[in-house]
Amino acid sequence: MNQYHLDHLRELESESIFILREVAAQFENPVLMFSGGKDSILMVHLAQKAFFPAKIPFPLLHIDTGHNFPETIRFRDELVERTGARLIVGHVDDAIASGLVTEEKGFNASRNGLQTAVLLDSLEKGKFDAALGGARRDEEKARAKERFFSHRDEFGQWDPKNQRPELWNLFNGKKNMGEHFRVFPISNWTELDVWQYLAVENVPLPSLYFAHEREVFERDGTLLAVTPIIQRRENEVPKKMMVRCRTIGDMTCTGVWASKAQTTEDIISEVATTRMTERGGRTDDKRSETSMEDRKKTGYF
Amino acid sequence: MSNNSELLRFTTAGSVDDGKSTLIGRLLYDSKSIFQDQLEAVESATLRRGEEGVNLALLTDGLKSEREQGITIDVAYRYFSTPKRKFIIADTPGHIQYTRNMVTGASTANVALVLVDARNGIVEQTRRHAIIASLLQIPHLVFCINKMDLVDFDQVRYEEIKEELEGFAAKLNIKDVAFIPMSALNGDNVVERSLAMQWYGGSTLLYYLENVHIGSDYNLIDARFPVQHVIRPNTDEYHDYRGYAGRIAGGIFRKGDEVTLLPSGFKSKIAKIDTIDGELEEAFPPQSITILLENDLDLSRGDMIVRENNQPRVTQDLELMVCWFDAEKSLKAGGKYAIRHTTQEARCVIKEIRYKLDINSLHRNQEDLEINANDIARIFVRTTKPLFVDGYAKNRITGSVIIIDEGTNNTVGAGMVR
Ligand SMILES: Nc1nc2c(ncn2[C@@H]2O[C@H](COP(=O)(O)OP(=O)(O)O)[C@@H](O)[C@H]2O)c(=O)[nH]1
Repeated sequence: MNQYHLDHLRELESESIFILREVAAQFENPVLMFSGGKDSILMVHLAQKAFFPAKIPFPLLHIDTGHNFPETIRFRDELVERTGARLIVGHVDDAIASGLVTEEKGFNASRNGLQTAVLLDSLEKGKFDAALGGARRDEEKARAKERFFSHRDEFGQWDPKNQRPELWNLFNGKKNMGEHFRVFPISNWTELDVWQYLAVENVPLPSLYFAHEREVFERDGTLLAVTPIIQRRENEVPKKMMVRCRTIGDMTCTGVWASKAQTTEDIISEVATTRMTERGGRTDDKRSETSMEDRKKTGYF
Repeated sequence: MSNNSELLRFTTAGSVDDGKSTLIGRLLYDSKSIFQDQLEAVESATLRRGEEGVNLALLTDGLKSEREQGITIDVAYRYFSTPKRKFIIADTPGHIQYTRNMVTGASTANVALVLVDARNGIVEQTRRHAIIASLLQIPHLVFCINKMDLVDFDQVRYEEIKEELEGFAAKLNIKDVAFIPMSALNGDNVVERSLAMQWYGGSTLLYYLENVHIGSDYNLIDARFPVQHVIRPNTDEYHDYRGYAGRIAGGIFRKGDEVTLLPSGFKSKIAKIDTIDGELEEAFPPQSITILLENDLDLSRGDMIVRENNQPRVTQDLELMVCWFDAEKSLKAGGKYAIRHTTQEARCVIKEIRYKLDINSLHRNQEDLEINANDIARIFVRTTKPLFVDGYAKNRITGSVIIIDEGTNNTVGAGMVR
């Protein structure tokens, strides 16, 4: 490696910063979709770098399912405080109350599907023309073909057959009235890249990512946290275990993993040797082999 | 994987059924980049198709529609890493009408893999893909002579194909060409050396990918900094801060450098190269940085910082090799479009279509000038304002443009500056 060569983390960082700046330059009213997970924490970190010493020139949008781990909300508020970013929250509870969406019932009830409607509603209300997301192409089959600049029609839909080719580092964010873009600056990062980078950069993370003792139960091979909002079947007996989250999402569908990882370095060695993809712990993806793709077409991501 | 490994981007091409998906599946599988749940999903999908074992090709099949048709229809990106490098694969389909996808995947690649079925040897697609790789100036081209198991791992057959490819590749403008005989299905010479082909003394594909020299794939000589975004914090602490944010497109910039600003031609000096992590003494491609100048010259997006004695062409007239993407409307002389180059946007008119390139024979066709989707043509355009360009061969970043239809906003063409 010669003196003028970036290592892979710095090259990914530079690419993501380029995309973030491109969004600030090409769109009038962008927003960063903030889920509370490590990928959106990474996005905020990169956005700070991209616009330093100015503040991040767009707000963060969090869709609160009302079923978040309390740690997630606490961490989010601290992050907003620390970065001086503006926060907008879309509440699924409000959407249920107003009749925009209807709550699912039963054992596998999840508000994940409802998130989509609330997200689209919040984007429309805020008149955002670009929504930045922390999705990565390595996460799931349907995402492997996602563009950095992903065009959505006026219904927020994604048409995999009608995506603009992306060449070199030329991004085409032109659109008609009413249309918008989803932009994914960390498309080329893998889970391992994200962890390695967060470690190198010493980025603060929510405690949920590290091993802690929690009451859990098993369902369809996945460990779920015991919380008042998940109905348990009789045979689903809770037990105390050392666990951690690999993704942070809605409590009803985010699996936890038996783990002893106490530090980011521990997590890296765990990720490097693990035999399950991180989305493997999300019951919403398992509903069918193409479920992500189906949700995506209707605007989930 | 260590933190300081390099990133290598490669693209794969070949005609349908040459074994591209199998090869990628094999690379992912043998480099242990496949997760248990992905493998289980593929095993069950293999069974549902009435096949046995693990169909490695299914690992890389992305979307439902193509799973149904059994062909890859769009560029898909895959990731794997070894202790030496992280790899990004742009998996592009071999179908004839999807030249656009190959061009897209090739535009950022360091290496192109072109698969050849050892039974068939060079076919139309092989030529086409190699020509595209050379047009897009991918620095390294590897011909993967696949399915060697079906020709009894015969050295004579391999040498025959290699010789023919060498003759053909000599006519192309590619810096570095390599040949590897392999069986993607059985894994010979992909990650592990082939026991059946002891006569082959070269490296395996993975060894090649891990070691090929990519340090000089960026232009480190001609300093080019397109201003992407202007940073003005407007806070008390940074009251007079005016930073030019962007990604270095070429050359090395140092604090204190005398620079020339385009289009004004004014001169200044680099006061500071800024990042959140502190000042840098020097910066190089593809770093994203912020440059502060000594005097306040009010640059904006699309302007370029260069050096006095090494400037790009400042011109409204471009000669381009263009690949056309629009399936509905052909490229017409007199047509008006939006054009994007680095961080600039302008409008342009197509002044002349010089010839259509037959990408099977490299023949320049001056009679039939109807340029449809997936055609490649040499054209002249005039832009509404000056662009700061280099020849594509000199710099892929400052030598490339995209053409946008102003009615649909679609990207309808990709152009490389002569
Ligand atoms: N015998 C043999 N068959 C192969 C080899 N590589 C791929 N195949 C088979 O060729 C067919 C097409 O392969 P696939 O990877 O789907 O080709 P693609 O269309 O280029 O992606 C499949 O039936 C593979 O099993 C090889 O090295 N040897």
